[in-house]
Amino acid sequence: MKMITRMLVAASALAMTSAMPALAKTFVYCSEASPEGFDPAPYTAGGTFDASAHPIYNRLTEFKKGTTEVEPGLAESWEVSEDGTEYTFHLRKGVKWQSNEKFTPTRDFNADDVIFSYDRQGNAENPWHQYIPGITYEYYTSMAMPDLIKSIEKIDDYTVKFTLNTPEAPFLANIAMPFASIVSKEYADALDAAGTREDLNNMPIGTGPFKFVAYQKDAVIRYTKNPDYWGTAPIIDDLVFAITPDAAVRLQKLKAGECHLMPYPAPADIEGIKADASLKLDEQAGLNVGYLAYNTTMPPFDNPKVRKALNMAINKQAIVDAVFQGAAEPAKNPIPPTMWSYNDAIVDDAYDPEAAKAMLAEAGVTDLSMKIWAMPVQRPYMPNAKRTAELMQEDLSKVGVKVEIVSYEWGEYLAKSMEPGRDGAVILGWTGDNGDPDNFLSVLLSCDSAGDGGANRAFWCNEDFSKLLKDAKITADPAERTALYEQAQVIFKDQAPWFTIAHSTQYVPMSAKVSGFVMSPLGDFTFETVDIAE
Amino acid sequence: MIRFILSKLLYLVPTFLGITIIAFSFVRILPGDPVLLMAGERGVTPERHAELTAQLGYDKPVVLQYFDFLGRLFHGDFGNSLVTKKPVLTEFLTLFPATVELGLCAIIIATLIGVPVGVLAAIKRGSWFDQISMTTALIGFSMPIFWWGLLLIILFSGILGWTPVSGRIDLLYYFPDVTGFMLIDSLLSGQKGAFTSALSHLILPSVVLATIPLAVIARQTRSAMLEVMGEDYVRTARAKGMPPSRVIGIHALRNAMIPVITTIGLQIGVLMAGAILTETIFSWPGIGKWMIDSISRRDYPVVQSGLLLIAGLVMLVNLLVDLTYGLINPRIRNT
Repeated sequence: MKMITRMLVAASALAMTSAMPALAKTFVYCSEASPEGFDPAPYTAGGTFDASAHPIYNRLTEFKKGTTEVEPGLAESWEVSEDGTEYTFHLRKGVKWQSNEKFTPTRDFNADDVIFSYDRQGNAENPWHQYIPGITYEYYTSMAMPDLIKSIEKIDDYTVKFTLNTPEAPFLANIAMPFASIVSKEYADALDAAGTREDLNNMPIGTGPFKFVAYQKDAVIRYTKNPDYWGTAPIIDDLVFAITPDAAVRLQKLKAGECHLMPYPAPADIEGIKADASLKLDEQAGLNVGYLAYNTTMPPFDNPKVRKALNMAINKQAIVDAVFQGAAEPAKNPIPPTMWSYNDAIVDDAYDPEAAKAMLAEAGVTDLSMKIWAMPVQRPYMPNAKRTAELMQEDLSKVGVKVEIVSYEWGEYLAKSMEPGRDGAVILGWTGDNGDPDNFLSVLLSCDSAGDGGANRAFWCNEDFSKLLKDAKITADPAERTALYEQAQVIFKDQAPWFTIAHSTQYVPMSAKVSGFVMSPLGDFTFETVDIAE
Repeated sequence: MIRFILSKLLYLVPTFLGITIIAFSFVRILPGDPVLLMAGERGVTPERHAELTAQLGYDKPVVLQYFDFLGRLFHGDFGNSLVTKKPVLTEFLTLFPATVELGLCAIIIATLIGVPVGVLAAIKRGSWFDQISMTTALIGFSMPIFWWGLLLIILFSGILGWTPVSGRIDLLYYFPDVTGFMLIDSLLSGQKGAFTSALSHLILPSVVLATIPLAVIARQTRSAMLEVMGEDYVRTARAKGMPPSRVIGIHALRNAMIPVITTIGLQIGVLMAGAILTETIFSWPGIGKWMIDSISRRDYPVVQSGLLLIAGLVMLVNLLVDLTYGLINPRIRNT
């Protein structure tokens, strides 16, 4: 704690020079990774967005804190046309752009900024499309924005109309995602004139709660409170990210008072954190799922009965206890329970090796040998795939199924597991991007995603299921959409393309002095509401 | 002497070319590619994969890519990172001082402790000091750095609270980089306490990084001393009644130093390898951590040029070591 007191003293010294209140509060976050850059559009990593999109920028729509609900952001309100293809956004007035030593804005945020922010990503002719050689906009592309957005028009300085090619119910959630952050057109023009375009990625200017101060590569990022922020002003004065890649070291720093809050503790450390009176631990069910996807195009796994029997032969609770150390909820549906439209009425297949054996015999399957693919890396939805595969192997051997465990290097694993004719069932998972069920179900289980470049690793194509998803996508009414997704989950459970493993719990340890931190179901770390007790 | 230096420099040319081939192929032999890793669980269509690969220039035949790489190298262009889009050389120069600072500190610790311990162990051969120090050296040599680093953090930073956990300087100090060496920059900043803070942050990582070289240097010094002390000229010096301190200090040590200097020089390579783990544990923003990140993201330009820069440096240090022999032993520079 001595360190933090000293930090406060120094921060106040810093603050005096920048004409801020004398008692400055500095909040230190031990972040897990270095940001790839500070322009959110070209990147896909959560750690990059925590350092760029969330503190510095805003979007037309925002996720309400602590939820996946969409609320107004830089757009104060909007209207959607009857057919669901035209969105007219009314922009917030009086939103100030930040400044830095090279740039002072002469105007407020307006429609030109919105058009610039989207056009540079979607339009290859835009001079800013390739403002750094080799730059790409992978999130924009993978959220199918190029196919979706037909045009964006400026109606007046504070009104923008988006026209879509097809109705898309998740659109408002999509544009609340970090890649859709609004950047300043005036700043871009100034950089263009100065011949330093890459500074858009190095010295960001946004409308968000914090202003970027400096980045020392792989070490420290500094921000200061944006005095002109249009929303509720942050309580802390300065925000510092101390980049600390190792989870055990992050915890030591937290304990030593070198930081106030850390992401991603090691599962083994959770008990110790709970027992430490100087720390507290927030927890929340993660917006994720870990699964085992059968190849539903290969016999005998093309038979739902066989898949169901295998699912009943695996002891899910044992995996949750041993691999997740209890920090997860056994999964029965492909979407997590924190997501709207989660069908809680569904009953999971019971663990029943005897019944499983009988079902396999009934399906005419004897002496079955199969492969289980175990990922080589740890992901938020799966702490140890190899151990999981071993537990599955043991359970399945009890019903007479011989399992061989295979693994590949991560990039290769991702590619090979999508090859048609793949031999074996694959352990993998998913973390939601925008809190919309479509972002799980369509991406992972629809007929469209079962082919090239998709992510449907069960290669499962059920027309009824896909039809429900398509209908839900063009339905604006949330209640109607909910009903459609609930029905889709019934089909999923009946057809069992996956063995759903678990939804892992996310933990955020912090100093007991911290208050006001709100965990995001999307896994974002934002600090405008945090405070530190003296 | 000039001919000696020139001949050593000539040797570097084929070695350097060999390294370019190894550095270039190494990252490409690894399975997986940058596009796939960027896409993650989401996947990427074959068309988009091809498009991105072409955009990065990785659709060309590998040999052609290699000559492209070599050609650009000769113009001083090390390429741009696929991830941060910044020039590899700029990133290297930003991060390199941190590694040098850590490496220098580690090698100084290793030499200042390793050489005297080795000498003492040789003089008192078979004593308890010899046995304990050489056993400790063996343990040090086999120590898994990651575990060792964490252990020291938990003890000295966690339990005792003597040293900071990680980083290069207390976050309250904020001044622009001048030299990139925190010890120097903290002095230049004129901020009170900055230098002490930088120094205290340097202790644990240096000790961890020094552990393996220290063990190697101590063992090498001991065996070199033992060998030299059995030589006729040492016996003669002793027989002539020269005081033991002079026999050891002037006759034995000076001759024993040649293999020891070689060993110290070779430790530069070991230090680079150790820096990768040490920097990751101590959140030390140097080139070791940079390399690890880039390998896991298959950031081809960073890995190939980074390896080349590091290898070039190790070669340079080895050259300096060779030249030092020449200074210590005139016979070497004439052969």
